[in-house]
Amino acid sequence: MIAAEWIKFRTVRGWVLAVLIAAVAIGVLGVVGGGQGSCYGNSCTLPTGPGGEPVSDSFYFVRQALTGNGTITARVTSLTSVANSAPRTTRQVIEPWAKAGLILKASLKQGSPYAAIMITGTQGIRLQDDFTGDTAGPALRAGWLRLVRDGAMVTGYASPDGRRWTKVGSVTLPGLPQTVQGGLFVTSPQYTQTAVGVSQIFGSLSQSTAAFSHVTLTWQGGVGHAWAGTDVGGGGGGPPGGYRAVGGTFTITGSGDIAPSTNGPSGLGVTIGQTLVGTFVALIILAVVAAMFMTAEYRRGLIRVTLAACPRRGRVLAAKACVAGLAAFAAGLAGTAVAVPFGERALRSHGVYLPPVSLLAQVRVVTGTAAVLAVCAVLAVAIAAFARRGVYAVAAVVGLIVVPYVLAVTIPVVPLNLADWLMRVTPAAAFALQQTVIQYPQVDDVYAPAYGYFPLAPWAGLGVLCAWTALALALAYLALERRDA
Amino acid sequence: MRRAVRAEWAKTWSDPGAAWLLAALVVLSVAVSAAAIGTARCQAAACGQDPARISLTGVYLGQAVAALAGVLATGGEYGTGMIRVTLAAISRRRRLLAAKALVLAGPVLAAAVLATVAPMLAARFVLPGHGFTVAHGYDLVSGGMWRAALCAAVYLTLVAVFSLGVTTAVRDSAAAIGIVLGIVYLFPVVAQLFRGQTLQRHLEQIGPLAAGLDAQATIGLRGLPLTPWQGLGVVALWAAGALILGGAALCLRDA
Repeated sequence: MIAAEWIKFRTVRGWVLAVLIAAVAIGVLGVVGGGQGSCYGNSCTLPTGPGGEPVSDSFYFVRQALTGNGTITARVTSLTSVANSAPRTTRQVIEPWAKAGLILKASLKQGSPYAAIMITGTQGIRLQDDFTGDTAGPALRAGWLRLVRDGAMVTGYASPDGRRWTKVGSVTLPGLPQTVQGGLFVTSPQYTQTAVGVSQIFGSLSQSTAAFSHVTLTWQGGVGHAWAGTDVGGGGGGPPGGYRAVGGTFTITGSGDIAPSTNGPSGLGVTIGQTLVGTFVALIILAVVAAMFMTAEYRRGLIRVTLAACPRRGRVLAAKACVAGLAAFAAGLAGTAVAVPFGERALRSHGVYLPPVSLLAQVRVVTGTAAVLAVCAVLAVAIAAFARRGVYAVAAVVGLIVVPYVLAVTIPVVPLNLADWLMRVTPAAAFALQQTVIQYPQVDDVYAPAYGYFPLAPWAGLGVLCAWTALALALAYLALERRDA
Repeated sequence: MRRAVRAEWAKTWSDPGAAWLLAALVVLSVAVSAAAIGTARCQAAACGQDPARISLTGVYLGQAVAALAGVLATGGEYGTGMIRVTLAAISRRRRLLAAKALVLAGPVLAAAVLATVAPMLAARFVLPGHGFTVAHGYDLVSGGMWRAALCAAVYLTLVAVFSLGVTTAVRDSAAAIGIVLGIVYLFPVVAQLFRGQTLQRHLEQIGPLAAGLDAQATIGLRGLPLTPWQGLGVVALWAAGALILGGAALCLRDA
């Protein structure tokens, strides 16, 4: 049955040619894709954390060298932030992820291992380690913090009054040397204000100031009394930080962030999804071919011969879907296998910064995109079988997949929550397979589809498309069974 | 000519499917626009949102239906062989195509006006409550809003005429709708490849969707690749070009 359908497919020269054009379109548009960046060589390379992920690591650090095990305690009495709304003008803002607290860090090098307990702008007390670790503590806006080192283990405590202590959590840092840099820190990420669409996002650098008192250090290797101030990472391009120590009270000002870097408007660049623009050209071509593959039967009356040869109509539909899907998968795979690796190289050679992508994720993007094309072709076959007119099938596939994608991603005119919703329920959700960047709840950014962040997990997105296709196939099957050919 | 128009009118609009299509054009456009109006927020002065564009978000989906109407206006005739009867009745082929374009454009324009003016009126009542106030620099009763709505309606009509021309040239409805929707939706997707380069601006100047959207803008006009009327002109050129191509193919070829 499949062999019969395959012969019908491959003997129409126009269809085979169209499938080849679809594959070539993905490949060519992937490699041609320019984009002009300014990141030549290593100029945009971000520091990488212990897990290998790109990170931001900029903060103001009032520190001492500390050897062995010990305890550091301090009271944070206030934390305030300002945003630089225009050159040389600042205004008070509430920066949710402004951070002030205690930190033990392997060295002053950006990206080195650390554990820190902190008070944040609105997120309560947090114990964070090695950029990706984040444990929530009591929701205090000011209070007492304590960090205890015991070998590779660091434990964080918090208290509202310095007497009743709550354990926030413990983390193990295998990379922590015998002598670490420890002390007080303040940092303050980019302040982002989202209007509605992605095209209207206002970001500005922010700077936070915190007051510390009752700083006590008890350390095995002894404690000196010389505090030193360092602007680690130069404040992340923000205004320079600094500190004042008056009678045991430290007032520290800092800017930047200690967190994994993200790809939103405050991030640097594009993702490898950019190399797959040709998918849409291929999608429309393959939808036309798949729809015609089904409706050609009706136009010439061939369907009567087909059904005479194979009276079980469900099997005819299944065979058609298989052939169209496999042809689309093959074309898609041929295109994406060229577009992703070579397109990535072309983008980098144009100076465009791309966040690093693991080989596994690349394979997922390449095969996943081909799978999306295959399922879309099956969807077109199903709708064409149901409607018996190819034109409706093509319009439906474009209307269900390309239009939501264009609305939510390409021309982000629609409000962000609507864009998220479109990428959850329409079959365009399947493009979540092209996501290669990670969303961190502890980093404030605009995680919009336009920046490569999809609301659904990659394979769940494909699941949405498959559910739509299954529904269309079921309707087509019922129609075929019930109807005269 | 009047006979041709009457004949085409009877043939096109006596099909109940065609009336449903116009209803779908209105319903889908209004639904998408309503979703956008309902979720739009403007928290501060000069928040950069264009109330006209928000109210006309439905045009993105509506144009697919308009294209479908344009394709079906003539595509069905090729599918069934009816075109031979039509050409026997009206043997002046250029006149036939002109009649088809007129018969298509009139009702589509009427439906499109409904699909663009209705959300515009809704926006007038809803958006001020979402922060689009005079204090934030918005005037929702200005002439610009009406101009945007009417431009959007004309844009939808031109998309329908454009697809009529393409269908006449390729003679297959499925292929024609693929070409039309490809040209409409893929220009902006491909233009994205050349982010920040002059080529992107040029692609946005010649692509029918981007040009049509420029015609619907009411704020930030100076930063757009085209002025509103130029934008509509570009779309009209696409429609005229497709009609000329379709007409030439119709005159030179056997049906």
